[in-house]
Amino acid sequence: MTKYITVIGLEVHAELKTKSKAFCSCSTEFGGAPNTHICPVCLGMPGALPVLNEQVVEFAIRAGLALNCDIKYFNKFDRKNYFYPDLSKNYQISQFDKPICLNGYIDVDVDGVEKRIGITRIHMEEDAGKLVHSGGNISTSDFSAVDYNRAGVPLIEIVSEPDMRSAEEARAYLENLKAILEYTDVCDCKMQEGSLRCDANISLMPEGATEFGTRAEVKNLNSFRALVRAIEYEVERQKEILENGGRVIQETRTWDDANGKTLSMRSKEEAHDYRYFSEPDLVPVELDDAWVERIRAELPELPAQRQARLIAELGLPKYDASIIVSNKAMAEYFDEAVKTTKDAKGIANWLLGDVSAYLNNEGITISEFKVAPAHLAELVNLTKEGVLSSKLAKKVFAEMLKGDKSPKILVRELGLEQVSDEGAIMKLVEEILAENPQSVADFKAGKERAIGFLVGQIMKKSKGKANPTMVQAMLKEKMQ
Amino acid sequence: MKLYELTAHELHDKLMGREISSVELTNALYERIDEVEDKVNAYVTLDKENALAQAAKVDAKIAKGESISVLAGIPGGIKDNISTKGLRTTCSSKMLGNFIPIYDAHVIERLRADETIFLGKTNMDEFAMGSTTESSYFGVTRNPWNLERVPGGSSGGSAAAIAAGEAIWTLGSDTGGSIRQPASFNGCVGIKPTYGRVSRYGCVAFASSLDQIGPITKDVTDAAIVLNSICGKDEQDSTSLNVEVPDFTKALVQNVKGLRIGLPKEYFGEGIDPRVKSEVEKAVKKYEELGAAIVEVSLPHTEYAVITYYIIAPAEASANLARYDGVRYGYRNLEAKSAAEMVTLSRTEGFGAEVRRRIMLGTYVLSSGYYDAYYNKAMKVRTLIRRDFEEAFQKCDLLLTPTSPVVAYPIDGKMDPLSIYMLDVTTIPVNMAGLPGISIPCGFVDGLPVGMQLIGKVLDEATILRAAYTFEQATGYHKVFAPLGGKHND
Repeated sequence: MTKYITVIGLEVHAELKTKSKAFCSCSTEFGGAPNTHICPVCLGMPGALPVLNEQVVEFAIRAGLALNCDIKYFNKFDRKNYFYPDLSKNYQISQFDKPICLNGYIDVDVDGVEKRIGITRIHMEEDAGKLVHSGGNISTSDFSAVDYNRAGVPLIEIVSEPDMRSAEEARAYLENLKAILEYTDVCDCKMQEGSLRCDANISLMPEGATEFGTRAEVKNLNSFRALVRAIEYEVERQKEILENGGRVIQETRTWDDANGKTLSMRSKEEAHDYRYFSEPDLVPVELDDAWVERIRAELPELPAQRQARLIAELGLPKYDASIIVSNKAMAEYFDEAVKTTKDAKGIANWLLGDVSAYLNNEGITISEFKVAPAHLAELVNLTKEGVLSSKLAKKVFAEMLKGDKSPKILVRELGLEQVSDEGAIMKLVEEILAENPQSVADFKAGKERAIGFLVGQIMKKSKGKANPTMVQAMLKEKMQ
Repeated sequence: MKLYELTAHELHDKLMGREISSVELTNALYERIDEVEDKVNAYVTLDKENALAQAAKVDAKIAKGESISVLAGIPGGIKDNISTKGLRTTCSSKMLGNFIPIYDAHVIERLRADETIFLGKTNMDEFAMGSTTESSYFGVTRNPWNLERVPGGSSGGSAAAIAAGEAIWTLGSDTGGSIRQPASFNGCVGIKPTYGRVSRYGCVAFASSLDQIGPITKDVTDAAIVLNSICGKDEQDSTSLNVEVPDFTKALVQNVKGLRIGLPKEYFGEGIDPRVKSEVEKAVKKYEELGAAIVEVSLPHTEYAVITYYIIAPAEASANLARYDGVRYGYRNLEAKSAAEMVTLSRTEGFGAEVRRRIMLGTYVLSSGYYDAYYNKAMKVRTLIRRDFEEAFQKCDLLLTPTSPVVAYPIDGKMDPLSIYMLDVTTIPVNMAGLPGISIPCGFVDGLPVGMQLIGKVLDEATILRAAYTFEQATGYHKVFAPLGGKHND
């Protein structure tokens, strides 16, 4: 049977975090009442004209530099013509033949294998409004309403090379891209709100072939899970067609998340002819060295650099570092926490363990996490110093989640300080030995396990506060 | 003299001298409109109430001795493709038949700041596509010089209103001659400023890279006065130029001595009505007498201008007019069963034949497979046309041509669209090059006005205003009034 190679390229639309829209001064804020962030320009009223928001260019340059692109100094805009009720002018202002960024890349790591994924281009454009259907979709609804709040919000479209060979690689690329866009603060990357959207071009080719197969473009991938599932579905669908001697047709498909499959939207023949031409209402924008170099100098530490720093300077394992840096807010939390503890691995353990579990459980992000980084660091320190056992530390953590109090205060309030006072422990040892002569006899008869029971009894009596290492040592000493 | 026969600057003096009030003047204009509008049909919408209220405000200011601008209290008309907040703006189309804008065009803001009076919105070819005003959904405008003739277009209403005494000044818009040609057909002064001199914000776009707003007036002085009000950088229009605007009235000196006037030979060749040519040649002689130097120049790519224009302008229009889909405003077909059908039917029924023709033409030339052969090539020719002018201006300070190869022709629908398109040959190249051009009356053929066009260098409106003013003062064609006669005058 023929083996097939999967070929994937991604087109990612990222809404830019500018305060105002791309071509007017309306707010870009998400979630306002319908049609409250609108004006003659973004509504496409007769006679209204666009004026470029320079921040859009600034953000596009920043993203391009972070994604290792060549920045093109001559920039112009073009009209992309198509009719749709959410597109107020029935053309989208975009960049066609002269995108602002070319030839970038992202390095990804899948199961320890490094791979460079090329970025073909990045261009600037405006978003469309949103249709709200009274029924299921535009053709089955009695009527549809349009909200133009999003119309004119700036976007960058980031087009990758067809360099990915598996759903995992595509996922890794998208995760890295998302992290970079977050680090550079150009996009808030909320896939569920649509501020980061992904389309995937997927094709198969027989192993050894030199030409790519016919691709399907899958739209509406609103989560990492959807991306992975859609690719897996497409690979199976196309494989079945090819194995049965059929031909994959070039078409646009949409991901049906509820039913877990892709559905045909339109074929190549039905594809739009966008009739691009230069936007006569806008003048070309010429960048210069001063502008680009200033932005380059202002670039923040990027995920790859941060990962390298966490490994080299703080001694974190690569796995821990990669997970922490993939989420900008998590990485910032981490950096804040390690300011007050030397135990970086301790912080990483908490973040990747109990903290992540808690966040997932609550369905919130770390930005909404109530425990201050310094308090988590204090908890780590208390454990490291032996004040708290790891078991008690979890108890304190649970209390911290109820209200962000200092763990030191909580330890006192809960009376949880570990007892390391020799006299006090000796007293407990003596009591327990007196109460359990059988166990003492067993131990003396060579049953090493008996000591475990005795330790347990002492811990119980001390409500877990006795320093277990000291208890063990003193028990042994006493019984010999 | 009737008040409506006077110019803005003459009326300003009367207002300042307390001889008349603005309310009186405004009422006089509406009386004149009542008297002749049935015959002329220059207006789509009148706004008497607001006009009189504004006039009263100006009168109050004058009474208090406060200073006012030259245009304050002077009634004018606005072409119906210029957005006026709260006042219906139709582009003479069924599509926008009931459309009331929510904002003022930049030029309207400026004119409001100068406290002018807006009598109403003037008729035009639908979406400014045409040169006869016959494509208006609200009926043709008739030429006050001969009511059986077209007023030209697309700013036919704005020019006819001036000729018929229905406005003291008007605004037009000019994409391929739409100010200058009707000005010429109606014996008025009309100027298309340099592309970028006047903000296009609020001028309903036909072809964005060519459109420019400008005044139509009775004389050159008024043209300069209105220009002073409307020119200047506007942050809302990226293509508006950030350059200093001179006081254009300072250019109005009676002196063309030493001025080099170029005659592009391509504009005096085949296709020009010999009687029109003869009137324009008389004007050339006049300039010689007045001390100007006449030089012959060549604009070799002139013959490609019309076909190039009819690729570029419809291409831009096909996108500019895409927004009229019945979704947000304007005409909507209510019987449609789906969103797509609603858009298709609304556009099919809302647009007239000429607009549909140009949208289809523009869509075609931008289509994949045709883009390079048509649009791309046309853009290259446009560059050549611009270079022609640059070279010609090495030898002269301004160019002189007939504004139109013909005088106003009959309203009988006998001309086919292509023949009408070809008549724009004298005005279109000026838009293609983004240059300023003015049309002023320079004679008559069969009792119909002949206009000559003066074309200036980029941003050099001053030189063409100066030459126009000098000719006007030396001749006086602008003082002849339209007879509003219905019969052909032999």
